[in-house]
Amino acid sequence: MSITGLSPAAIALNRFGLGAKPSEAPPTDARRWLTAQFDRFDARPAVFVALPDAGAMVKSYREQQQAMRQAARLAPTADTVPTKPAKTAEQMAVRQDFAQDVQALYRQAVQARTQSALETQAPFIERMVHFWSNHFCVSADNPQTSAFVGAFERDAIRPHVLGRFEDMLLAVEQHPAMLIYLNQIQSIGPDSLAARRAAARSPGKVRGLNENLGREVMELHTLGVRSGYTQADVTEFARALTGWSVGAQGPQDDGNADDFAFRPNLHEPGPRTILGKTYDQAGVEQARAVLIDFARSPATATHVATKLARHFAGDMPPPALVARLTATFTKSRGDLPSLYRTLIESAEGWAPTPLKFKTPWEWTVSALRGLGREQVGQLQMAGVQSQLGQPLWKPGSPAGWDDTAASWAAPDALLRRVEFAQRLVAPIGDTIDARVLGPKLIPASFSPATAEQVSRAESPGSALALLLISPDFLRR
Amino acid sequence: MIDRRSFLSFSAVGAGSLLVAPRMALATVPTDGRFVFIIQRGAADGLNIVIPYADPTYANLRGGLAIDPAKATKLDGSFALHPSLVEIAKMYGQRQALFVHAVASPYRDRSHFDGQNVLETGGTQPYEIKDGWLNRLVAMMPKSRDEAIALAPTVPMALRGPAQVTSYAPSALPTPSDDLMLRVGQLYAADPQLHPLWSSALEARGLAEGSATRQDPASLGKLTASFLTKPDGPRIAMLETGGWDTHTGQDGRLSAQLRALDTLLASLRDGLGPVWTRTTVLIATEFGRTAAANGTGGTDHGTGSAAMLVGGAVRGGRVVSDWPGLAPSKLYEGRDLKPTASMDSLIAGAAGQSLGIDPDHVARRLFGGASSMGDLIVV
Repeated sequence: MSITGLSPAAIALNRFGLGAKPSEAPPTDARRWLTAQFDRFDARPAVFVALPDAGAMVKSYREQQQAMRQAARLAPTADTVPTKPAKTAEQMAVRQDFAQDVQALYRQAVQARTQSALETQAPFIERMVHFWSNHFCVSADNPQTSAFVGAFERDAIRPHVLGRFEDMLLAVEQHPAMLIYLNQIQSIGPDSLAARRAAARSPGKVRGLNENLGREVMELHTLGVRSGYTQADVTEFARALTGWSVGAQGPQDDGNADDFAFRPNLHEPGPRTILGKTYDQAGVEQARAVLIDFARSPATATHVATKLARHFAGDMPPPALVARLTATFTKSRGDLPSLYRTLIESAEGWAPTPLKFKTPWEWTVSALRGLGREQVGQLQMAGVQSQLGQPLWKPGSPAGWDDTAASWAAPDALLRRVEFAQRLVAPIGDTIDARVLGPKLIPASFSPATAEQVSRAESPGSALALLLISPDFLRR
Repeated sequence: MIDRRSFLSFSAVGAGSLLVAPRMALATVPTDGRFVFIIQRGAADGLNIVIPYADPTYANLRGGLAIDPAKATKLDGSFALHPSLVEIAKMYGQRQALFVHAVASPYRDRSHFDGQNVLETGGTQPYEIKDGWLNRLVAMMPKSRDEAIALAPTVPMALRGPAQVTSYAPSALPTPSDDLMLRVGQLYAADPQLHPLWSSALEARGLAEGSATRQDPASLGKLTASFLTKPDGPRIAMLETGGWDTHTGQDGRLSAQLRALDTLLASLRDGLGPVWTRTTVLIATEFGRTAAANGTGGTDHGTGSAAMLVGGAVRGGRVVSDWPGLAPSKLYEGRDLKPTASMDSLIAGAAGQSLGIDPDHVARRLFGGASSMGDLIVV
């Protein structure tokens, strides 16, 4: 039996928000409940502010490494052949300590994101933070990216979620998490000062471009794949981006590891031609000008509109909604609240049947909120999300997590949710009546079939677990 | 309390599925081959896996990344195998491994995600086809053998489509009570999306009982083998590997990746025992990497790469390649290994021959008319 006739309140709470809370009355004016959140959003929740300083952690690690490399070079060795020395026990220990510190920081950042999702007064805007964080994703696959991943969402995404697309884009591409993740900090202009000096010192060694960030900016962050750019455009943009780097990279560098730094010595000199337009700006301004043009391109408007429509109006985004969002993006010059208003005002976003299968993250957060949990507490969300198949901030690819049911509605993934639901309700099962809770979480539209199964469960805990894994609750 | 086994059987009967299918069904299958597809996500560097050491341009293009042929396993007068692939080198020696070089899907741009979509759907353009070629292959199998498994919690694109497939990965979460499992089954009974997923999940869990519970390469190989050796288990499996996108630090990273792949395949071989002689494993990536090293100790997105076929059923001990050469004028768009072999044709040939289905028919159904590569499997 399919679920029909979702109420506007149920849609606002679950499809647009992060899931209903039993303590909150359902909104009487669903659209106004959403727009009112624009003024209630907290860009810097205390839990995020309290995260340890990733930049200091990374900087201290880099300094320790440099000191040890220096010491190794100065130490006399019996072997006169200058081969690459094996890592000393001390170096290994420093690296291991750093990896452990980073893991602890990553886990704390995951807890902070969850806590913020539980306590927010603006769950729709909080959902948009999660959306943009996935659109501009970094994947915490190595220690240095992992260290910055929480700071990335806090400092590059959250401040701009109610701002303009191009400001978020610039903040993202200048954040150390992105510059490290997509190898930008290693990229060197082949004709730059640094490359020419290096060639004079050691002629055989190739130092040059890495086009990873350039390509993914065009393909994933802005224009979208197959929007008409060529390999030559990618390479030219990669040249324009040379010099974009982070602070505290070398012994003479007294900057901060969490700051953007432009390094003129690495920058490829000369004008660049990208998508037929010539950019003759000097230094950091060159790639910045390209990024702003990308942000204002019609291809970017369509790309972003399609992803937004898919997130709210179904895996096959309705073309009319995509067209309206594209028009809003262009007309408002990428003003994000204007896009959110177009979504809220759309008919497509309020279709009364469930349009989306919740991702593991969406499902877990809605379950915690639905059970009335105010504090994430001792629940280790990083581990939970790994077990459910969506380790937070670790999609393993710069494309981010896929936003369609085909990626999440799978046999084993479903079984994991059942397992986790049972674990979650075990300590609280007999304190909550699932028969009462169901209609609160899905106001005025809780399906009779699920209600019947829940009422027939063998125990209160079992009833609660069934509610969380019911077809009604798996979808939004 | 319901015994777990009988409960699973009960629910499988309810789902009209195969857990208790009669063993006699095997007799209706023309061959009893096993076909495994391992995807290398991220564009694996074919030029440093199956190394064209005799090509005069290779060492210069690769500079510090070039693999010293003296340290690699010589395959023939032209190619050598990366030194980390110790077990695969042994398979090659036993004529159980075959490499196809300068191979590519029809996709010619350099986006991972589009490239993987073309590789997995079997289309010529990204997103042109909505289901995966492995799913269409499942549909071509006799009805008694229509099950395939993804060794992952979710189902990868190549296996998605109308034919029923399942997925499984070891879980560290506690097992739910039988009562809850039973009631979830009832809760999903009328849901067209959730009901088949739930039935598949229960079958896979039933088949995996007592199997490895870890995700390291050796355990994953053993787990895959445990599915493929069950009398009523799947005959087609897919595994996903990531981490091949070596823009930087390629030397160490590629070595580690290949060691893991080597361990996985050795463990699969050992776990399959006598079934290995009827097994074909295809290992392929969405595209290759630039012929030249980039400026940061790695390589960027390219075009042609190398694919591997390993298994007791493979007519191995050969490198199949119409080598295009690495001289500047021979490169695709002046930067990548030029593809001279068709991935679609390789897949159709390998899948068709190993499962005993007419390979040209497979080529038509999976890839819309492509030809199939011949002579890959021991008949």
